[in-house]
Amino acid sequence: MRPEVKHLLSITDLGRDEIEEVLHTAASFEAIGEREIKKVPTLRGRTVVNLFYENSTRTRVSFEIAAKRLSADVINVSSSASSVEKGESLRDTAKTLRALGADAIVLRHPASGAPALLARFTDAVVINAGDGSHEHPTQALLDMYTVQKHFGSLEGLRIGIIGDIAHSRVARSGALGFSRMGARVFVIAPPTMIPVGVRAFGCTELTELDPVLGQLDVVYLLRLQRERHREPLLPSEHEFWATYGLTRERLVRLKDDAVVMHPGPMNRGVEIDWDAAESSATLVEAQVSAGVAVRMALIYLLMGGQATAEVA
Amino acid sequence: MFVLKGGRVVDPASGVDRQLDVRIDGDQVVEVGSSLDGKGVDCRGAIVAPGFVDLHVHFREPGGEDAETIESGSRAAAMGGYTAVCPMPNTDPPQDNAAVVDYVWRRGREVGLVDVYPTGAVSAGRRGEALAPMREMYNSVARVRMFSDDGDPVPTARLMRRALEYVSAIDGVIIEHAEDPSLRDGQMHEGDVSAVLGLAGLPAASEEICVVRDIALARMTGARLHIAHISTAEAVDAVRRAKAEGIRITCEVTPHHLALTDEAVRTFDANFKVAPPLRSQRHVDALKEGIANGTIDAIATDHAPHPAHAKDKEFDYAPCGMVGLETALGVVLTELVDPGIITLERAMDMLSVAPATILGAPDHGGPVAPGHPANLVVFDPEETWTVDAMALTSRSRNTPFSGRKLRGRVIHTILRGEFSVRDGEIDHG
Repeated sequence: MRPEVKHLLSITDLGRDEIEEVLHTAASFEAIGEREIKKVPTLRGRTVVNLFYENSTRTRVSFEIAAKRLSADVINVSSSASSVEKGESLRDTAKTLRALGADAIVLRHPASGAPALLARFTDAVVINAGDGSHEHPTQALLDMYTVQKHFGSLEGLRIGIIGDIAHSRVARSGALGFSRMGARVFVIAPPTMIPVGVRAFGCTELTELDPVLGQLDVVYLLRLQRERHREPLLPSEHEFWATYGLTRERLVRLKDDAVVMHPGPMNRGVEIDWDAAESSATLVEAQVSAGVAVRMALIYLLMGGQATAEVA
Repeated sequence: MFVLKGGRVVDPASGVDRQLDVRIDGDQVVEVGSSLDGKGVDCRGAIVAPGFVDLHVHFREPGGEDAETIESGSRAAAMGGYTAVCPMPNTDPPQDNAAVVDYVWRRGREVGLVDVYPTGAVSAGRRGEALAPMREMYNSVARVRMFSDDGDPVPTARLMRRALEYVSAIDGVIIEHAEDPSLRDGQMHEGDVSAVLGLAGLPAASEEICVVRDIALARMTGARLHIAHISTAEAVDAVRRAKAEGIRITCEVTPHHLALTDEAVRTFDANFKVAPPLRSQRHVDALKEGIANGTIDAIATDHAPHPAHAKDKEFDYAPCGMVGLETALGVVLTELVDPGIITLERAMDMLSVAPATILGAPDHGGPVAPGHPANLVVFDPEETWTVDAMALTSRSRNTPFSGRKLRGRVIHTILRGEFSVRDGEIDHG
């Protein structure tokens, strides 16, 4: 990594070479996860704080396992147990954590841009674990890792991201990341869920799924982020399901080698059919297990490791 | 008695633009001419102009003294070359009755650095329901003739109609913060940048909808309407058409909407959060065009101080607003005069004469002529300086121009013949 890449706030902080470096390093870490003793001493004595202002089991546990496999000390701070509820500002929380010796802070926050704010207040490495409707760059990295592992390369793949694009940090990081790696990204959603200015993601916007469904290599489904909706954006879930859901009928129309992905949690019957979620085409579990290796790679590289070093 | 010697007098009110001496005796200009004798203040190389008038500031007193007070705001205004300012009524309690506007006006006089003309609220409590006692505020010592619920739009056409009708009796003016109430649930201008940042968007159409509604009501009532901090191409176009039709409408633009775009928000720095939001380059270009073709009448700062702890927050949670009194001249010269969009004379008109006329304050906005109050600014049009947020006179530091190089800086500000600022510092004498 270039020395100026101190934090991961947005997937665009990484150039194509750096994304490849993370994915390559993740491959060596994935092998560690298959051993009986799944731990390396790389970050012994370093402290990683998981600072989570939103509930998340999947992402927090993934980061926790990743840091622990690198032998870092891991502290989990969640908003329900923290001083946030006593009115402490992000600045003061950052200073406190730094004074306590945090070397890296993994931040999940409901406000877009909170990691950028945190990075101004701390010397620690800041990793964005999802901020508002902005980005979720480690999700994009693990998705790229999963797709690359499956197809061998990302170049030229047709990736359809379907659903609540406007409120999805996964969609932003994914569209920006996949297109940076040479894939062709389509965002497919009702117009009320496509943000004005979406072309800035480097993708093609479509309001119909059916005409492109059979051409997609990756069908990437998103859940409806009702908690972020400030006004009605859909007449009904049923209408969404009928037009954009991965129904059984649509499942059989996928390309033979197409894969189905979802960042979780899935809402079966809203964006994905039960059978589709269970089908052999889904890479959902592969995504989850890639998450640990990719986050190990990222933490390792941001905390001073070299891609060329013997990580195992 | 003293003489401002050798300065270039730029006075749009009298059409003068040449090197002249200005003799001041007591609170008045008594003589303007060449080679006047007497105790002199050397103004060679400087511009002498009518003191600036700001139709739109927030001084936060009463109720928000942590951000600004009438005293600190007056100091910031004087430092920026202003001799008159109009604080908006979103104080706590609001300036929605005679007692509060009297207090603000009197406090301004006590501080004595700048004339403080409070703007009254349109609606009682700024709640957008019933009319505030506008006549009572007009009859007070503050003689309020400008009314606004600024910070919020007048929410309904029904209330706006009655407000316009009501103030026509005193030739008052309603100042509109033009954003459609149902399209205000956002954080920044809606466009390419908001898409990438995942911040909720405020569409440009929100302003246009409100401006077009108000124009229809101004046409219907024949009353005076002033659009605050206009920020979009479509709203400028609507105002241009309304003026051509003879509707009594004026508008102002802020320095920040001219000098900055939504690109600035990419840092997520809440010092760039403001309402209406910083727009895209297309809108900035249209604002400059609207200035060049005369659609936009005045520069107003919308000086909106907030304490550091309020701005030092997640973008979603920070309040809107930027300080601007001390940087307005520099931004106007750098963004409008230097590139040749307007002349220096027109810049002085937009900073002084036009706003004084909208306010209806005959003591301000010139002319620089015998028998008129000596409310003047003297500035160096060449001095280049770098904005340092920590060095501002305002109690708050939420400038969007921190680190920016500006050309043009105030040397002296003179209020009724007395220096409020001398040699770039507040004059305590």
